[in-house]
Amino acid sequence: MRSIRNTMTGLAVGATCLCSAAMAGELTVATVNNGHMIEMQKLTSHFEKANPGITVNWVTLEEGVLRQRVTTDISTKGGQFDIMTIGMYEAPIWGSRGWLEALEFGADYDVDDILPAMRGGLSHDGTLYAAPFYGESSMIMYRKDLLDAAGMMMPDNPTWGHVADAAAAMTDKDNGVYGICLRGKPGWGDNAAFLTTMANSFGAKWFHQDWKPALDSPAWNHAISFYVDLLNNYGPPGSTGNSFNEILALVNEGKCAMWIDATIAASFVTNPEQSKVADKMAFAQAPVAVTHRGANWLWAWALAIPSGTKQADDARKFIEWATSKEYIELVASVNGWGAVPTGTRTSTYENPNFLGAAIFAEAELKAILSADPSNSTQDPTPYTGVQFAAIPEFQAIGIAVGQQFTAALAGDISVTEALENAQAAADREMRKAGYY
Amino acid sequence: MTDRQKQRLLHRSIVTLAWIIGLLMFFPIFWMILTAFKTEQQAISTPPLLFFEPSFDNFLLIQERTDYTKHALNSIITSFGGTALAMIIAIPAACAMAFKPSHLTRDVLLWMLSTKMLPAVGVLMPIYLICQKFGLLDSRFALVFIYAMINLPIIMMILFNYFRDIPKEILEASRMDGASTFAEITQVVMPLARGGIAATAFLSIVLCWNEAFWSIVLTSSDAGTLVALVASFSSPEGLFWAKLSAVSTLACAPIMIFGWFVQKQLVQGMTFGAVK
Repeated sequence: MRSIRNTMTGLAVGATCLCSAAMAGELTVATVNNGHMIEMQKLTSHFEKANPGITVNWVTLEEGVLRQRVTTDISTKGGQFDIMTIGMYEAPIWGSRGWLEALEFGADYDVDDILPAMRGGLSHDGTLYAAPFYGESSMIMYRKDLLDAAGMMMPDNPTWGHVADAAAAMTDKDNGVYGICLRGKPGWGDNAAFLTTMANSFGAKWFHQDWKPALDSPAWNHAISFYVDLLNNYGPPGSTGNSFNEILALVNEGKCAMWIDATIAASFVTNPEQSKVADKMAFAQAPVAVTHRGANWLWAWALAIPSGTKQADDARKFIEWATSKEYIELVASVNGWGAVPTGTRTSTYENPNFLGAAIFAEAELKAILSADPSNSTQDPTPYTGVQFAAIPEFQAIGIAVGQQFTAALAGDISVTEALENAQAAADREMRKAGYY
Repeated sequence: MTDRQKQRLLHRSIVTLAWIIGLLMFFPIFWMILTAFKTEQQAISTPPLLFFEPSFDNFLLIQERTDYTKHALNSIITSFGGTALAMIIAIPAACAMAFKPSHLTRDVLLWMLSTKMLPAVGVLMPIYLICQKFGLLDSRFALVFIYAMINLPIIMMILFNYFRDIPKEILEASRMDGASTFAEITQVVMPLARGGIAATAFLSIVLCWNEAFWSIVLTSSDAGTLVALVASFSSPEGLFWAKLSAVSTLACAPIMIFGWFVQKQLVQGMTFGAVK
């Protein structure tokens, strides 16, 4: 019996050693299926050549699944991933909980070159917890040919009223062209993200200083009523099911005259390989109503190291490589300057080759620089974040509130009812979490 | 109209209706295959394109970007492994319940089936932590075991119904001839219920093959199945319908081809015991 036990113990120890040996220098990266991420996977061989002994395994997941997986893994210290792709919402929250390794790089990395808004949004108490791989804000993308035909102009900083007039002028339902396309699909990263920026500009906010929800304010009512009227009058049918990809398809098919969404979309709608209107697109800053604050969002897909990993040093090396200026130059040398990851470094926007290749570069940089997560509402608030409130409870609240907005858009309930329900749902979550 | 003409008309109507239902059911698969050969721009085209110049770029891209063979092998191992493990447990258990029932048999079966009513996410954390504790995250063994357990209630229920149709006298006769319990199961029950067992096994394989929740949650780079591969092609920012259709086609193909080959057994199994 003892010999069997000894043999089993020996086998277990041996297996553990073998397993550890196999794991040495092997990094597992969890990421989403975005064009820039896929390009990084293709170019990883350059990193592996420069760092012999380190191999990189990729786990590509759908965005919602990625969030669920990395949250489960990091909260249980599962150790399945050595590097995680996370967003600006998670970085400060997880950093404050000690779930992420603080990121410190050498002088060559030039951390000061990272756009201040991005660096601030991915830090907690001045410590960087995730390095931005690509970043984005939101802006107006519109059909210049249709606007010209309607005899209108698009100022660089339009108001919502002007956007509504332009949408009315460009709508041609008989020919299947709709004046404006906006997110309607429920979700904290879908319609709630867009509507938060819209509400910010109407003077609304998510929470009062004492953390009580502020969704029952007149400003929210004005913003959501404006949105519902705008989409019902000039938007495409089925807007309640539309988010980024659905609207991208409509714009590329020439069905949308105007779209307010992530700046990253600019590279898709101006790409003749996938857009029928690539040469007809122009850009302007996100519209405002009563304030510029929070009118356009700020987001970054960033790389972070979970604190449970045993490969922290190798992981740091990889992140340093993937988010460096040299990586951007590598992408440019392989795919051209039009294909580089944007929204992260000042030097990218100073590069004449990039400025020549990306007609949207100036508008994108202006949008990113104008977004300030720590000052995104007309009145002071206790939270940071532009299109979200950076508290753990926001995901649940954002989903519940987003569903109410979709119901209002569908006409199932009135805007007032939607906001009453949203206020009640947010109040319930905040009480449960012990904020008051 | 004569009775014969009425009969013929009724027959034709039923056949036409069956064809319409069949085509409607097949249409999503047809559209998925068709979209797999389109470009991303053609995939979102309105009105939808039925005729176009087919492109194999999406399939080439999948080969270039992913290790399809590894994912397919993982699907095969976990589906067949999970089914084999479940059958090893279910066949003797269903035999015992069918041939030596007690007053609790029905309750036990109902209890087993009730475990299928629990949403998988309800046990996510305990199973995740167990796998983590035993070093089974991203392992095929964990998937084999979980697949076996989640399909066991259905397999038990189906096999119990098949076995119940076998006359008990045959078993009594084999016992008179000196057969052991093991021999009764392997040499009498299993050959008699061969069609039913094959059909049940195939159903289990299909269920395992298409299982998404656990295969996505518990695997990362080593044990990912074809379902996990399909899920990885969904993109939050960027068009992906054509590529997703191509990878879905490649994920469906092996199990559809397998189903085609075992069709005979399947039909036999489904009709087993239909006429007493």
